[in-house]
Amino acid sequence: MSLWSKHKLLEKNSIFMSIGVLIVISIGGLVEIVPLFYLKSTIEKVEGMRPYTPLELAGRNIYVREGCYNCHSQMVRPLRDEVERYGHYSLAAESMYDRPFQWGSKRTGPDLARVGGKYSDEWHRDHLNQPRSVVPGTVMPAYPWLAKTDLDFEHIANDLKVQTQLGVPYTPEMIANAGADIRIQATPDHPDADALSKRYPKVQSRDFDGDPKRITEADALIAYLQLLGTLVDFKLYNDKANIR
Amino acid sequence: MTRPESLTHKSMTLGEAGAALAFGLLAFLSLLIAAKAHTSEYAFHAYLFAAGSIAAVFAIIDRYYNRPAEKAPLTIDGKPNYNMGPVKVATVAAMLWGIAGFTIGLLAALQLAFPVLNFDLSWLSFGRIRPLHTSAVIFAFGGNVLIATSFYVVQRTCRARLAGDLAPWFVVLGYNFFILIAGTGYLLGITQSKEYAEPEWYADLWLTVVWVVYFLVFLGTIIRRSEPHIYVANWFYIAFILTIAVLHLGNNAAIPVSIFSPKSYIVWSGVQDAMVQWWYGHNAVGFFLTAGFLAIMYYFIPKRVERPVYSYRLSIIHFWALIFLYIWAGPHHLHYTALPDWAQTLGMTFSVMLWMPSWGGMINGLMTLSGAWDKLRTDPVLRMMVVSVAFYGMSTFEGPLMSIKAVNSLSHYTDWTIGHVHSGALGWVAFVSFGAVYCLVPWLWNRKGLYSLKLVNWHFWISTIGIVLYISAMWVSGILQGLMWRAYTNLGFLEYSFIETVEAMHPFYVIRALGGALFLIGSCLMVFNLWMTVRSGDTEITTQSEPSLVPAE
Amino acid sequence: MSATYRFLAEFAQSWGLVYFVTVFMIVVAYALWPSNKQKFDEASRMPLRED
Repeated sequence: MSLWSKHKLLEKNSIFMSIGVLIVISIGGLVEIVPLFYLKSTIEKVEGMRPYTPLELAGRNIYVREGCYNCHSQMVRPLRDEVERYGHYSLAAESMYDRPFQWGSKRTGPDLARVGGKYSDEWHRDHLNQPRSVVPGTVMPAYPWLAKTDLDFEHIANDLKVQTQLGVPYTPEMIANAGADIRIQATPDHPDADALSKRYPKVQSRDFDGDPKRITEADALIAYLQLLGTLVDFKLYNDKANIR
Repeated sequence: MTRPESLTHKSMTLGEAGAALAFGLLAFLSLLIAAKAHTSEYAFHAYLFAAGSIAAVFAIIDRYYNRPAEKAPLTIDGKPNYNMGPVKVATVAAMLWGIAGFTIGLLAALQLAFPVLNFDLSWLSFGRIRPLHTSAVIFAFGGNVLIATSFYVVQRTCRARLAGDLAPWFVVLGYNFFILIAGTGYLLGITQSKEYAEPEWYADLWLTVVWVVYFLVFLGTIIRRSEPHIYVANWFYIAFILTIAVLHLGNNAAIPVSIFSPKSYIVWSGVQDAMVQWWYGHNAVGFFLTAGFLAIMYYFIPKRVERPVYSYRLSIIHFWALIFLYIWAGPHHLHYTALPDWAQTLGMTFSVMLWMPSWGGMINGLMTLSGAWDKLRTDPVLRMMVVSVAFYGMSTFEGPLMSIKAVNSLSHYTDWTIGHVHSGALGWVAFVSFGAVYCLVPWLWNRKGLYSLKLVNWHFWISTIGIVLYISAMWVSGILQGLMWRAYTNLGFLEYSFIETVEAMHPFYVIRALGGALFLIGSCLMVFNLWMTVRSGDTEITTQSEPSLVPAE
Repeated sequence: MSATYRFLAEFAQSWGLVYFVTVFMIVVAYALWPSNKQKFDEASRMPLRED
């Protein structure tokens, strides 16, 4: 009966009870989470992934601020209809620099994982400003303040710096040029555009919001949207090598 | 300054002095941050922190001058001297936040049906309103109900006064301050955009402090108990408080950009962040919305029926099984995503197994009524709680079903999920909370009974019809949406463009909003009823703080 | 990669299973043990007692 008296201890002693609860609830989390950091197969090897440019990152932060994840997923599942509707299914590697991840849980609007390049900047501008002017039946809210608000990027270098602490490969050069890089990317035919695309391959530099005089929040958000899903070249991707 | 007369020398306790000092420092720090904040929104929050801290210092000192020299006695005439003040405040806060949260939910529902209701204003747009709704109902309404009932139940079942002097007040007021910061933050665009964990780093830090004190108060009260056994409801509360602490810390591990910036970056990224998020997210359901409210069920249903719980043995088995299995279920939110298959399979398997302990809880709750089913006819409060347990059974059957990958491929990303969540949230969590608060208010304010049982009856029926409208509209729209997305024409093309599927949802969104409106009307009746109970109810003459059952209608 | 994965999977499917079933049986045995019945009956009446 000694075993039973020990159980009595558990039920009569609140501290033992708490420790028991902690042990029981730890098991599932540990088994499911910890291997994700150690099994190399969790994130495929792909060509083309790079950290966000400062402008894209600022745009992503606006995406986060406005709570776009409430209606848009960024995760194409490997199902026939989704692949036909949105493009190649999403890879884990494609969100390796996403903090936080924005896979979403609801599609009140369509998936955005591969929205980059699907529509023109002008379309995005009109769509953000007055969604029903381009898509009559949509229930999306309008975001007219984005094109009217200047992008605040005074401290953007800090954002990059913090991410390097977390292992994102921003170089000291990238951090030093963070603010300048925003201007370069948002200006058409900027003299330093080559330096920018050396730092961030495949970067798209232009005036995104149709107002070349200002760098607005719409510039940043559209730059981010136009990037989504464009970094990995699926003509070169070998999915057989990454069977998990 | 004049000191009130007292026989013994009065001095500040260490807790009072320490808390006042800590709040003074926090006020100073907040003002410093406000002066150098990167954004005006963050400065606003810093000023709120400063104002709150100064108010706290003032309240502590004011209370010191007005209190008697001795500490409140633990017992009076051999009976425990219960501390019900914080319970009352949390109960009132729960009802106020509840009405606010349901109203915002109705607004969100209407915005999806009529997008003009976004008013082209940043702070009113759906992306900011929806997290405000979810946090207001889960954390503000649900959280205050949990704090109120846990502080009540732990005192009554331990027959001991709540541990701590200032601490229980700090828990209740500090928690509601967290809600204020979180809610205003969403409206101003301060969010981590992690579902159900939107508050930014400084709000998370504050909540961590509040939560640790909550746990200490709860545990301290249990340690003080004069009963040999820890009643099963308290196990569920312990599991709830502890697990939420672990989840909160894990999912909100973030590095702020600067102490002067509200923005932070989460230490996890991409697929790992997804796993951590849904480990958190599903267990917020499992431990906040299930374990905590099962604790309510295990106290209030037996109390109201005046019978012990059906099977104490079953409660032991289903407690350990439930908390063990729940923690694994998170990956079912990530089926067919880039999360590795082995994790998805584990999530699905454990979710299906979870059906068993969940129904163990349901059976235990329902069967407690065996031999007393007739009370359902006469007591609408009991009816509300019993229907809540039935809804619990229904949604814990639906959940495992939806976690099966084949079903999930259809249901995921659709309104079916929203319907499922609301059958649990409205049917189970809100109804069992309403039942508990209907019981609590007359007990706390020493009233013979509720102002009107007829109004409770109206509340019950209006809200039930609202729930049925809501969840059936979401079932139909969810399944329709899922089928439309995957529909093909004879020629092998996708049959519907995305926008056609959006337009097809419109009628169901209107019905859903109607259901939500009915639910809101029901809860307004409740607030009126409770208000009248406190205001005009007869005070009970006996010293017993708890009346026997209210007479039948 | 597959070696670590396979090892973990095999371990979980054998020893993990045995361990969980054992723990579950202990909880069930404890809950159903006849001599514990009286204690549980008492505990279940706790909310009903008045003070």
